[in-house]
Amino acid sequence: MSTGTGLSGTGLPGSGLPGTGLADPGTGPPSGPPLALPLPGRARKFQLPRSPKILVGLVMLAAFLILAVIGPWLAPFNPSASVSTTNGVPQPPSGAHWLGTTQLQQDVFSQMLAGGRSTIFVAFVSGVIATVLSVVLGVSAGYLSGLADDLLSVLANFFLVLPALPLLIVVFGFLPPSGGNNDLLIGLIISATGWAWGARVLRAQTLSLRSRDYVESARIIGERQWRIIGFEILPNLTPVVASSFLFTVLYGVGTYTAIAFLGLVNPEHWSWGAIFFWAQSAEAEVSGYWWWYLPPGFAVAFLGTALALLNFGIDEFINPRLRAAGLTRRLAKKAGHGNLPRRFVLGVTPVVRASEKSQP
Amino acid sequence: MRVLARRIAFYVVTAVAAITVDFFIPRVMPGNPVSAVLARLQGQVTQNTIRSLEQQYGLNTKEGLWGQYVHYLWNLVQGNLGVSTSSYPSAVTTVIRGALPWTLGLVGTATVLSFVLGTLIGILVAWRRGTWLDNLLPATTFFQAAPYFFVAFLALDLFATRLGWFPTGRAYGQLDFPGFNGTYIGDVLSHAVLPALTIVLCSAAGWIVGMRNVMVTTMDEDYVLVAQAKGLPKGRVIWYAARNAILPSVSGFSLAIGFVVSGALLTEIVFSYPGLGFILLQAVGSRDYPLLQGIFLVITFAVLAANLAADFVYVLLDPRTRQEA
Repeated sequence: MSTGTGLSGTGLPGSGLPGTGLADPGTGPPSGPPLALPLPGRARKFQLPRSPKILVGLVMLAAFLILAVIGPWLAPFNPSASVSTTNGVPQPPSGAHWLGTTQLQQDVFSQMLAGGRSTIFVAFVSGVIATVLSVVLGVSAGYLSGLADDLLSVLANFFLVLPALPLLIVVFGFLPPSGGNNDLLIGLIISATGWAWGARVLRAQTLSLRSRDYVESARIIGERQWRIIGFEILPNLTPVVASSFLFTVLYGVGTYTAIAFLGLVNPEHWSWGAIFFWAQSAEAEVSGYWWWYLPPGFAVAFLGTALALLNFGIDEFINPRLRAAGLTRRLAKKAGHGNLPRRFVLGVTPVVRASEKSQP
Repeated sequence: MRVLARRIAFYVVTAVAAITVDFFIPRVMPGNPVSAVLARLQGQVTQNTIRSLEQQYGLNTKEGLWGQYVHYLWNLVQGNLGVSTSSYPSAVTTVIRGALPWTLGLVGTATVLSFVLGTLIGILVAWRRGTWLDNLLPATTFFQAAPYFFVAFLALDLFATRLGWFPTGRAYGQLDFPGFNGTYIGDVLSHAVLPALTIVLCSAAGWIVGMRNVMVTTMDEDYVLVAQAKGLPKGRVIWYAARNAILPSVSGFSLAIGFVVSGALLTEIVFSYPGLGFILLQAVGSRDYPLLQGIFLVITFAVLAANLAADFVYVLLDPRTRQEA
C-alpha cells in the first residue's frame, strides 16, 4: 500500500500529517521498499547530518528550555500584580516595561517569562507520555500481529480520526477548577489524544523490521521476545521515535495554548495561552495593542519552528532524497562540485558524498 | 468494494465509540460538576427541565449505568440532544442548526482552497528543488507552528483595524436577515475573507510540505524518467508524477481534517463568526454541558463524514485498492 516513499514528510503541527506515505491506515503490512535505516551492528549511535536545520533547531530549542527553567526567576515584576492602578489603558513598550503592559497594568514581559515554564513543561510532559504510549502500543501491535494488532490498530485509528480539540474542550469543560492549575494533569490529558500518530508510524516500521533477516536469526537463536524488541528492533526505530516525540511536543504546545486561550484552565495560572486569553477578552487585536498578543504568538511559533526544523532534519536523515538543502549551487561549489547542473534534473538524484560533507 | 465496506464499518465503530466517550466523560469526572450547574439553574428554568437534565446526566435517577446508556442512545436516535441551558428554552439541536451552516461554508471552502493551493505549490516547490523556492519551506513551518488564533489576531489587526479593508468580525453586517440579494451575499463574502485567509494560511503549509516530499521521491521513479526521455511536454511529465504523488496527501486527509476543523473553531472565536466554534466558547463559558456535548458529537460526525468522502476519492484515484477485493 505504501507508495514507495516509506516515511517521508513527517507530519507537522497544526495540519496533521499529509504525506506520511502510509496509504492504508493500519491494515496490512506496508509492501514498499524498507527505509534506509542504518544497518544493525554497524551503527548503534546515530550520526545526525550536520545540516543547518538541525543546528538552528537545536540552538532555538535549547534557548527555550533554558528560559523555561530560569524564566520565572528572571521576571522583573510579579506577572499578576498591577504596576500602577491609575491607568486602565494598556501601555506600549517602554524602558520600564519592555513589552508594554496589559489593561490591568501587568508587565507583559514578566508574564511571558513566567508563562514559558508552564507551557514548555506541559508540552514536554505530554510529549514524553505520548511517546511512551506510542512506543509500547505501536511496537507491540507491529510485533505481535493477529488479534492484538487489530485491536490496537482500531484504537489508534479511532484516536487519529477523532477531532482532538473538541474532545479536549469537553474533557476540560467538565474538569473541576482545581485541575486547571495542575500542569502534570493537563499534560497527561493532552497526551491521551496525541499518541496515536506515533503508534501508527511505529507499528508500520516494526512490521517491516520484524521480518528482516537479523531479527529472524535472533529469533532462531532463541533470544527472548523482550530482548528482540528491546535490543534488535527498538534501536532501529530511534529516528522514528525521536520524530514522533518532537511531533507530540509540538502538538502539546499548540493544544495547551489553545486550551488556555479558551480559558478552559485557570487563566491566572500563567502560560502563553493565558496571555492570549486576557488579550482576547480585552479585544487587544481590534484595539491595536500589538505588544500584548505578538510576544506569546511568536514564542509559540518559534518554539514550534525549532521542533519542526529538528523534525525536518530527522526526515532528511531517514530519507536522504529529501536533502535538497545540501545541493544548492553555493554549497555544491564549496564541496567541489562546481558544475552541478543549473537546475535539478529530473530522474537524476545528485549525490554528495557523505565523507566529503562530514569532514570538518 | 470490500475496502470501502471495511472503512465504513470502521467509521460506524468510531462513531459509536465517540458517542460512548461523550456519554462517559461527565460521569467519570471527579467532583460532579453537573450537579453544581443544576443547583445554580434552580429557579431559572422549569422543574421539568431540571428533571430532564438530571435524567440526561444520570443524577437522582434509579436507573443503572446500562439503563442510562440505553436511554441516552434512544434520545440520540430521536435527534434529541437535550435542552441548552445558556439559551434556554431552545433545544441543543436548534442552537447547533443555527450555527452549522456558517461553519460548513467557511471551513469547507477554506479546506478545499488550502488543499488545492497547497498541493499545487508543493508540486512547484518539488519541481524546482534546489532553487530559491526551497526557502519557502521554513516560512511554511512558521505558519504551521503558529496557532490559528494568533494568525487570526494578526489578520484582524492588520487588515481590519489598521487598513480597514475588511470588517472586524461577525458573519454579516445587518442585524436582521434581508434575504438573498447581491448586497447581502457580498456582505457575507467580505466578512468571510479574513477567517478563510487565516485557515488557508495555517493549513496550506502541511499540504505544501507533504506534497513536496512525496513529489521529490516520485520524480526519481523510472517512469518519470521515461516520460521525460520520450520528450513529452513538461506539463505532461509533471502531471504523471503529481498524479501518483498526490495519493498520500489524500490518505493523509483524514489526519489533517481534524486539525483543520479544530483550528477553524478557534478562528471563528477570534472573528466572532457565528459558527460552531463561537457557540462552543459560549457553552464553555456558561457551563452549558448539553450544548458542549452536542457540539462535540456534531463535529465528530462531520469529521467522520469528511474522512469517508476522502476514502471514496482514494479508491477512485488508486486502482490498486480496487484490485485487492
